[in-house]
Amino acid sequence: MSAFWALVQRDVRLATRVGGGGGMAVFFFLIVLSIVPFGIGPDLNLLTRIAPGMLWVALLLSALLTLDRLFQADQEDGTLDLLVMAPQPLELTVLAKAISHWLTTGLPLVVAAPLLGLMLNLPLDGMLPLMGAMLVGSPALSLLGAVGAALAVGVRRGGLLISLLVLPFYVPVLIFGVSASRAALVAVPGDLGGQSLLLLGAVSLASLVVGPVGGAAALRVAVK
Amino acid sequence: MTCRFVALGLHQTDMAWSIHTFANPTRFMRFSAIVLPYVWALAGAGIGIGLYLSFFVAPPDYQQGDSVRIMFVHVPAAWLSQFGYGIMVASSIMALIFRHPLADVAAKSAAPIGAVFTFLALVAGGLWGKPMWGTYWVWDARTTSTLVLLFIYLGYMALWVTIEDPNRAARVAAVLALVGAVNLPIIRFSVDWWNTLHQPASVFRLDGPTIHSSLLWPLFVVAIGFTFFFLGVMMVRMRAEILRRRVRTLQMQQAAG
Amino acid sequence: MTTSEALNTLTVTGLACVRGEREVFRDLSFRVGAGEMLTLVGPNGSGKSSLLRQIAGLLDITAGEILVEGSRDDLSVADLALYAGHLDAVKSPLSVIENLGFWAQFYGVPSEKIAAALEIFGLGHLGHLPAGVLSAGQKRRLGLARLALIDRPLWLLDEPTVSLDTASIAALVDLMQGHLQQGGAIVAATHVDLGLDGVRPLDMGHHGRGEHG
Repeated sequence: MSAFWALVQRDVRLATRVGGGGGMAVFFFLIVLSIVPFGIGPDLNLLTRIAPGMLWVALLLSALLTLDRLFQADQEDGTLDLLVMAPQPLELTVLAKAISHWLTTGLPLVVAAPLLGLMLNLPLDGMLPLMGAMLVGSPALSLLGAVGAALAVGVRRGGLLISLLVLPFYVPVLIFGVSASRAALVAVPGDLGGQSLLLLGAVSLASLVVGPVGGAAALRVAVK
Repeated sequence: MTCRFVALGLHQTDMAWSIHTFANPTRFMRFSAIVLPYVWALAGAGIGIGLYLSFFVAPPDYQQGDSVRIMFVHVPAAWLSQFGYGIMVASSIMALIFRHPLADVAAKSAAPIGAVFTFLALVAGGLWGKPMWGTYWVWDARTTSTLVLLFIYLGYMALWVTIEDPNRAARVAAVLALVGAVNLPIIRFSVDWWNTLHQPASVFRLDGPTIHSSLLWPLFVVAIGFTFFFLGVMMVRMRAEILRRRVRTLQMQQAAG
Repeated sequence: MTTSEALNTLTVTGLACVRGEREVFRDLSFRVGAGEMLTLVGPNGSGKSSLLRQIAGLLDITAGEILVEGSRDDLSVADLALYAGHLDAVKSPLSVIENLGFWAQFYGVPSEKIAAALEIFGLGHLGHLPAGVLSAGQKRRLGLARLALIDRPLWLLDEPTVSLDTASIAALVDLMQGHLQQGGAIVAATHVDLGLDGVRPLDMGHHGRGEHG
């Protein structure tokens, strides 16, 4: 396991030392959401209604932003060859990279979300469900994103390609995430709010398998 | 005076670049070490006296009660958010035209401080807005323009972080700062336009000429204190940046030797 | 996990390589045993790099077979071979020690070995510097220091002497000599005569399409 944590630690260290990491994603998150009222007007009631959906859409886009360097940076300097060749199973390597991506991008976004919720006039009662849902759902974004990032390794304009590949896979996260976040705001028939949080968790757990396995398979092809 | 300055600038660029880059920052390091304690003292005095005045001398507002005291942080912070950008623009012009070796250091150092004060202005405005409007955030023209200013600050900082070579980063960042300066009035105009278009609910004006003179004095003193604080932090950041570049040079020399 | 596993033989039989539409080589057969070194020579494009990547498992095999046999049956290429390609796999923002420290942790090597590995290539006094300030040659040495750090019997080296000065080449030759004496094996693509004992050349040009087609 020490190999696994060594990789997580190295990637977090690299992300915090070099620009273009999680800080930029949070900035993007902020700016995308701030643009929305310019488009639809500053009506606070309207903003309240669309806040959970907008926050989730912005979260997906922001998480995508840093994915293109996930494997590409390692490919460019030759590290990827050695990671693929190493005794540690490639699936674990992909998982480690996805975890560090989540720690440096997903987690800061979740932490920043309440502030943006405030700007979109999301009631304070809605903050905890929002953060909870994002905490449960955001790992899926990094895990599924890792597959897209692995597929696009060595491709020119890979960043754009990753967005096209990955966004369809983000649809369930968006649906269950928004539904779980809205539970505190609007009356939901039955216990759909709690159910959607469970379903969101299920998506994340499924991604925990799909991400590493799919990512490793894609990387094996990519280096060859 | 101006002529002499320009001549000096030209003369310096003619000299060997290494001497040029080394001499000036060294003088700045000496100068700032002497000046800094005084700057801190002025900042401390201004903020201390100003806050005392604003908490214990200034009367509560007949409408807003004690919450008006948030103004003593909000307005100076809003002033410094503009002041910081002004410093960035002035430094960027110096950096682009005169290639002054300290100018880009100054611009780079001012940006995060300006950003923090912009953020502080927004937060203080929000806290003030809660008892006034019943919500922390309202998309009124002034607030929204300040938010866009924060984004320009953050974009500027992101540019510095992303480009590794400091010389190239300095040049590109200076261009961005100047483009920002040209665009800020346009942005403000468009935001005002957007705002009147949507006719928001009656918004209480946060500042303007209606402020009573008993509130104006503390405000003025806090603003002076904040400004010296800004300059103090900026000098510390400039010193740190100069030292960081020296360390980098020494590291390269060590690697080469 | 792996404590100095030994290599029995590397056996290549009837190997072919096709990249894109082009056949790079075919009918390549050789055997390398413990303590032996094979030097790949041949013009550009004759497939030296491709062959090394095929052995490392980083490139598909079009035809033929590569067999890496260790002292135990359960050992795979990952446990037996170490690859050093054109790129140094050095991260500029990390210090020299952090760079090597990562690989030590990643391969389960005790961190005490880092200092010695750096010393072999004269990087000991630069350990705290960010790798970004290193010259091309120093980065290459940092990459090659992995050979001393991670204990693997089979070394796959792709032009290891590029951008190295004479002193560093001598250090590399010493390291390789020691490796061979301890029963290791090396397959290296290099244009430089390293002056090592018992080296067999393999002329890749003879297996190219030009000779056969």
